[in-house]
Amino acid sequence: MHKLLTNQPGERMLLLGNEAIARGAIEAGVAFTSTYPGTPSSELSLNFFQISKESDLYFEYSTNEKVSVEVAAAAAACGVRSMAMMKHVGLNVAADSLMTLAYVGVKGGMVILTADDPAMFSSQNEQDNRYYAKLSGLPMLEPSTVDEARAIVAYAFDLSEKLQEPVLLRTTTRINHSSGAVTLGEIRPRRTKGSFTKDPLNLVPVPAVARRLHVKLLQNLAKARELSEQSAFNIVEGRGRWGILCNGVSYNYVKDAVAELNIAGEVTILRIGFSHPLPVRMIQNFLKGCEKVLVVEEGEPYLEESAKTYAQEAGLTLPIRGKAPDLFSQLYEYDPAMVRKHIAACFGLAYTPPAQVDLSDVPPLPQRPPTLCAGCSHRATYYEVRKAAEGLDTVFPSDIGCYTLGLLPPLSMADYLLCMGSSTGTVGGFSKACDRKVISFIGDSTFFHSGIPGLINAVFNNHDLTLVILDNGITAMTGHQPNPAVDMAQLKLEGYGRVSIEAVVRAIGVPHVTVIKPYKVKKSIDAIKEAVAFKGVSVIISQELCVLYANSLKLPRRKPFRVSDKCRNHRDCMDRLACPAFYVWEDRIKIDANLCTGCALCAQVCPENAILPVKDAAKKG
Amino acid sequence: MDTKRLVMVAVGGQGNLLASSVLAEAALLAGVPMGMSEIHGMAQRGGVVESALIFGNAQSTIISDGDADVLMGFEPAETLRALSKCNSRSVVITNLAPLMPFTVNIGQGVYPDLKKLQELIRAKTARLIAFNATTLAREAGNVLSVNMVLLGALTQTGVLPLTAEHVKTAMRRKTKPAFLDANLKAFEMGVAAAQTA
Repeated sequence: MHKLLTNQPGERMLLLGNEAIARGAIEAGVAFTSTYPGTPSSELSLNFFQISKESDLYFEYSTNEKVSVEVAAAAAACGVRSMAMMKHVGLNVAADSLMTLAYVGVKGGMVILTADDPAMFSSQNEQDNRYYAKLSGLPMLEPSTVDEARAIVAYAFDLSEKLQEPVLLRTTTRINHSSGAVTLGEIRPRRTKGSFTKDPLNLVPVPAVARRLHVKLLQNLAKARELSEQSAFNIVEGRGRWGILCNGVSYNYVKDAVAELNIAGEVTILRIGFSHPLPVRMIQNFLKGCEKVLVVEEGEPYLEESAKTYAQEAGLTLPIRGKAPDLFSQLYEYDPAMVRKHIAACFGLAYTPPAQVDLSDVPPLPQRPPTLCAGCSHRATYYEVRKAAEGLDTVFPSDIGCYTLGLLPPLSMADYLLCMGSSTGTVGGFSKACDRKVISFIGDSTFFHSGIPGLINAVFNNHDLTLVILDNGITAMTGHQPNPAVDMAQLKLEGYGRVSIEAVVRAIGVPHVTVIKPYKVKKSIDAIKEAVAFKGVSVIISQELCVLYANSLKLPRRKPFRVSDKCRNHRDCMDRLACPAFYVWEDRIKIDANLCTGCALCAQVCPENAILPVKDAAKKG
Repeated sequence: MDTKRLVMVAVGGQGNLLASSVLAEAALLAGVPMGMSEIHGMAQRGGVVESALIFGNAQSTIISDGDADVLMGFEPAETLRALSKCNSRSVVITNLAPLMPFTVNIGQGVYPDLKKLQELIRAKTARLIAFNATTLAREAGNVLSVNMVLLGALTQTGVLPLTAEHVKTAMRRKTKPAFLDANLKAFEMGVAAAQTA
């Protein structure tokens, strides 16, 4: 049985934040779950995926976040408790649905999880999604700890049903990827089937309906504000003259700092867990009791600006500090020492930070950036495109996936990137605005997610470009989730359809379509040359299974390679491919047979043909 | 209870996350409150994996620069890179077997000299325990048990509120039965290495 289905209320279990959220949803009787994977939310959906295989919980990997919100919204419209989860930028994709779903509302509880990523551990921006709550008018909840993350989910579902509208649950990476002891609660039964009552004058927001629904949304907002005033997730602690207003993980850093600075008697903490709509009276009462307030919140000054507004309305003139050159920044994540230092500075406390070691004489260290795996087929495709386009003045728009790692030398195959699916749009703009050959790259999952409209646009507007679809048979970057092109039978899963990328591309009317096998270097280069020379839209689909995925499927492994005595030390292999299986030993290139996957790319690149398969079992380097 | 903060750094694939989960389980067994956080987004792509483990009555799950009681590195250059987490009272444990970053292989950067690296760390911290954990793991019968060797060394320092028995019981629960003997042997070799280092 999946550990998150353990039905022993009161039991203590060590869980990852994402597991705790999944457990909270299971306890709340969630029956319908959907996602497009994205770090730091991915383990959450992985757990639902696993649970769905051994229970009646419905789970799907949707093609993108917008679709995941839409399927979950319809389930909730039938009275089924549903949850859609995504990373913060995923909510941008789902925003169109979200904004009007706020008008249309739900019957069954619906929770939309947004996993924000301050400091951008694995994201392209660090937008603060609390503003989506403000923008849509929907309630938002934010836990501070792993255990609270479990508890807050059940509250979110109840709140959603009470208000008949979806609730946003916002986490940050340090909640999703922290672990802690969690006390299990009771599992409520799942209701997997609901019923839909036709009610177009409330569910079909044509202008006349929508005008009325907006009134209802504002009424709901007022109700939600009263609930926020009473909520057990907005907490006041202490009765001191110095106020600290905080949320999320910052609350933990505040608590530790207050203990370490020994100022508990001087401080009142207001921790906001119900962050939209904010509890105005509660905040005003808190401000009235303080001489000075410091706001500790990662990201934008969301609480700070509200607190200043509420202070003005209440005629209060106390100093409220937060974001400032000498205090907190909107940049990156906070940490305990930073919070300690700024609390001390704000309230004029003597404080000597711990003596950090002096690093001035530490030599510069070589970087260790993440890189394409040994044997990754993207490396082969990149090498081949580079070869095929030799002599051409090229621009390479890229997209989001493992293949973005190709931006680093020696591959250097990414010149421009905005977001998921952007490559198929930007490629057309470059082709019109500059006289260079434009070749863009997109992965299989990203192509389905949001790459298709850009390709249709290119065909319709007759752009001159080449799009390379890197089809490695799985959504690799986020940990091998299925996408519509994946052969689910390979995963021994039944009941799925399969969408052919080639059939989609041909159906769009792309005039030049080529499928290549990137481990066949010469053939691939020739095919790419032809596609690149074509005037108009050409698409190359490069098909080869992700090596890590192939290993997890236990597919037969290819023999590793070795560098033989014929090597003349040209180093084309190292200088052009930089596969992590290479290493240098006594000034010669060697291949680590334990890392080599036998893709044979380097063997085909070597001018001396000096790289040969390992024949004996001893696996000589 | 005194709060104790441990930072562990490794290269993706070195078993850092399993070591964290063993220590978390050991803390649960010992009745020690603990929280941890991990940054492992691209671990499989050869990047650095960093874990922060905090034992005792703190609420934070990350560790600021200068706040670590122990820094344990699975790879020497990564230990040095994470030295900013330490203060003059910190204990540092490091494996001495390098894993060459590909940037060095393509001529971008120089790998630090191991002797100099140890001198630097020793001069700036309270205690350095440095040895080749990879060799010991191989001797113990499983080259992948570097993490268990290092857990042995960590337990020997006595900085964390966990006994060797807690950690070994946690190993029995959290590691694969087929590797348990090699893992326990690796653990003991780590204890011995720390005693003489």
